[in-house]
Amino acid sequence: MMGMSPLSTCLALLAGWVLIGIAGLVRPMSVRFAGRALFLTGALCGAGLALVSLWALSAPVEQAVLPIGLPDLPFHLRLDALSAVFLLLLGATSVGISVFSAGYFRAGEGTAPGLLCLQYHVFLASMGFVLIADDAYAFMFAWEIMALASYFLVTTQHRIAEIRRAGFLYLLIAHLGALGILLCFGVLQGGHWEMTFDAMRAAHLSPQWATCAFLLAFFGFGAKAGLVPLHVWLPEAHPAAPSPVSALMSGVMLKTALYGILRVSFDLIGEPLWWWGLIALGVGLFSALYGVVFAAAQTDMKRLLAYSSIENIGIACAGLGLAIVFAGLGMTSLAALAVIATLYHCLNHALMKSLLFLGTGAVLHATGQRNLGKLGGLMRYMPWTAWLTLIGALAIASLPPLNGFVSEWLLLQAFLFTDQIPRTFINMLLPLGAAVVALSAALAAYVMVKFYGVIFLGVPRESSLVRAHDCGRLERFGLAWLAAGCVLLGLLPVQVIARLNAAATLLVGTGLGQHGQRWWLLAPLTQGRASYGPIAFFIGVLSIVLLTVLVVRFFYHGRVRFSLPWDCGFGQLDARMQDSAEGFGQPVRHVFQPFFRMQRELPSAFDSAPKYRVIVTDRIWYALYEPLVNLVRRAANWVAWLQQGRVTTYLLYGFVTLLVLLGVVLA
Amino acid sequence: MSVTELLTQGLEIIVAVAAAPLFLGWINQCRAWLQNRSAPSVLQPYRIIQKLFNKDAVIAANASPLFRVAPYIVFGAMTLAAAIIPSMGTRLPFTAAADAIALVGLLATARVFMALAAMDSGTAFGTLGARREMMVGFLAEPALLMVIFVASLISATTSLPAISEHLTTEAIGLYPSLAFTAVAFTMVLLAENARIPIDNPATHLELTMIHEAMLLEYSARHLALMEWTAALKLFNYACIGFALFVPWGIAAGAAAPNALLIAIPVLALKLVLAGSGLALIETVSAKLRVFRAPEFLATAFLFAVLGLLVHLLLGA
Repeated sequence: MMGMSPLSTCLALLAGWVLIGIAGLVRPMSVRFAGRALFLTGALCGAGLALVSLWALSAPVEQAVLPIGLPDLPFHLRLDALSAVFLLLLGATSVGISVFSAGYFRAGEGTAPGLLCLQYHVFLASMGFVLIADDAYAFMFAWEIMALASYFLVTTQHRIAEIRRAGFLYLLIAHLGALGILLCFGVLQGGHWEMTFDAMRAAHLSPQWATCAFLLAFFGFGAKAGLVPLHVWLPEAHPAAPSPVSALMSGVMLKTALYGILRVSFDLIGEPLWWWGLIALGVGLFSALYGVVFAAAQTDMKRLLAYSSIENIGIACAGLGLAIVFAGLGMTSLAALAVIATLYHCLNHALMKSLLFLGTGAVLHATGQRNLGKLGGLMRYMPWTAWLTLIGALAIASLPPLNGFVSEWLLLQAFLFTDQIPRTFINMLLPLGAAVVALSAALAAYVMVKFYGVIFLGVPRESSLVRAHDCGRLERFGLAWLAAGCVLLGLLPVQVIARLNAAATLLVGTGLGQHGQRWWLLAPLTQGRASYGPIAFFIGVLSIVLLTVLVVRFFYHGRVRFSLPWDCGFGQLDARMQDSAEGFGQPVRHVFQPFFRMQRELPSAFDSAPKYRVIVTDRIWYALYEPLVNLVRRAANWVAWLQQGRVTTYLLYGFVTLLVLLGVVLA
Repeated sequence: MSVTELLTQGLEIIVAVAAAPLFLGWINQCRAWLQNRSAPSVLQPYRIIQKLFNKDAVIAANASPLFRVAPYIVFGAMTLAAAIIPSMGTRLPFTAAADAIALVGLLATARVFMALAAMDSGTAFGTLGARREMMVGFLAEPALLMVIFVASLISATTSLPAISEHLTTEAIGLYPSLAFTAVAFTMVLLAENARIPIDNPATHLELTMIHEAMLLEYSARHLALMEWTAALKLFNYACIGFALFVPWGIAAGAAAPNALLIAIPVLALKLVLAGSGLALIETVSAKLRVFRAPEFLATAFLFAVLGLLVHLLLGA
């Protein structure tokens, strides 16, 4: 039905993922077959998908209808630039994660390898399908498969009660979100009951209904993205899942939610109202700050990364909000800048967060520890993991010349233009948003120094850590792939933005111009206004560093003696005297005290075995979720009163119902 | 990219790297005078650096390679920062590659590497210093960015030379917003450069130190580079201040080499004044407890925000 086109190739690759998954069931217990060979084939599919989406970015929009689905609603598919950007993200990230997984999964860890292989690849394929779905039914179908597959992946170690609980929480919030999305599509069809996205594009909604649709979509997709206050599942589910799955969920799945918000607000609704952007901006900035502050207080390395994901999604959402504000006010070139910053941040976060999660996976395998308080000094025992993870940590701390900085730079530039908005009050408020972005970025650097320093630097906090071994070749390749992505996205922003422009044009009608016409210099506005050339920057630092090394060596000497650490001559150093994760997070706990709910147990002066304990928990859980849970429980109790457990009572109910219905019919 | 521009660029880097210890020496001398002590020579920092370079490096046996490369990276980042800041001329070829936001990122890179290196040998003081430095960093960085934003909004660009050029050539007048941000900037400068009231460069008292705690394990050439970097950082911050608030005297635009001849003594004069001002501030203020630092920096941040609001309200 289709020739060789981006969409058909893409579909074939997604089907390939499903087939690979099913093949895993042939020999479900074989790590060699299901765990190694199939995951590597899956990685090839991922690479193919990345290439196809690059192709699709320059190809025209393509639509197709698959003859499956509901009787009068077959699956509609569409591959446009926006889908292609996110497919690129999915494909490129999945290559690294799949190759890493091929070396990672071992026998005897919960779910059988074959089953895991099925769940993993179905998860990948469903994410791809979400991105190309072009009607509400296909979208919801893929969306729910994605939620289910990831639920099973989260509960891989289903014998542990805590993990089952985390999985349940995840499933619950995923379904709350799905309800929101479903209702949003219900509003979007505008009374014609045509469920294709094309019909929704054509339907003209009144501003009230459009607002309603946006809010529903924002709620529904926000639950999946982990925006505060719907973020509670993230710090539970990410540590519970195996590391490659956490990487996939955090790196890719959260982005499908942002894709959804972009798709609904810019494409399906068409003309977003500017003040919606303020909602997205406010929620995004709050999530960013909230996430990073909590990340600083964590002691579990994967939980720390989960909170950091909340931060990054928050920043992307703030960018999206800014784009809506600009687009709603008709400032298209600035909207393009904000959209590009958002998309760039999505790509960046996919690569760097996957890299960090995989790094924690390697550490977890080598040491069996997730608790930061029992790690330390791993740089000497796991040099590959340590150096590659360092790239991810520096990138996520948004330090130049790596990729995290590029998107932060673009976003700050977008914020600096808000003074052209024709509403004075917003003008005054928005620069404070820039301050929050800056604060989050600076705090992210703090979090990453903590994360990296406590795990890889210093002295091992447990004696068993000296036996830690570095990860295998496949795992190294996976890490190196993602690290290379971070470096490339950091050094070649002009080329990346040239690709992303197609998506920006689709969404807001115009792309981001390139002024200055130089391949190494990013000048999105006018060159006099702002420019950034990461390659020159990188070469500058590198040449000065090399020159300094040469000069120091040439004029002086390279003599070195090794000894014990000096430590002010204290002399009785032990590993316990380094900062623990709690200790390192203490300044943040102090400065941002109102964010936390803290329980402290302080020892008395006369305690023979003194213990100091501090438990930091999320206020929102107690302020929002516990009352809700109690409310539901109370409602359930009321309803339970109906359930008397006697047949006669139920017959009475039936009788009364009949009487009432008769009354209605007769009257 | 003309020869003059390349010359200016080279001169800026060389002057910054060479004169930074002298600036530090001058501040120390002023402090000593104000405190009624007999002062060491202004050349003392050079002597210390020279002495350190000649010594054998002693390195903790458990330190990773990161510990050894960090001083070079930090020094490289700070030198590059000197290349971005217009201290004498505004036509700097390299500044196209990095604007003021990138400059803040560069300073953050240096800070992160210094903190990571401090954590590397696994000593109690090192991690303590790293934690405190990062705390000061995450509070000071947003304030610094806000300061830069105000100047960028006034001159509609984030490129530092363009900001200076705008302030010197186009609009001669007082900006009330810049007065607020200048106060904020001074506070950030004190905090970021480990000066009183946030940190005391003269003591090694473990309860109070931040910057010195991170350097405890360094010796010889590595320590020399770290000390030099600290001096260079102070010099850079002073030059950022000049570029944003008192850019007059700088060779603005496509100026001839003789404009540079004026710019050099003007820069020297500014540094002399700024150095004595810093010494005065440090002499009259007392060191704050570590947990008063957030209040201090929050004040700086509020001043910067106030500057921003003043700019948006008054358009000046």
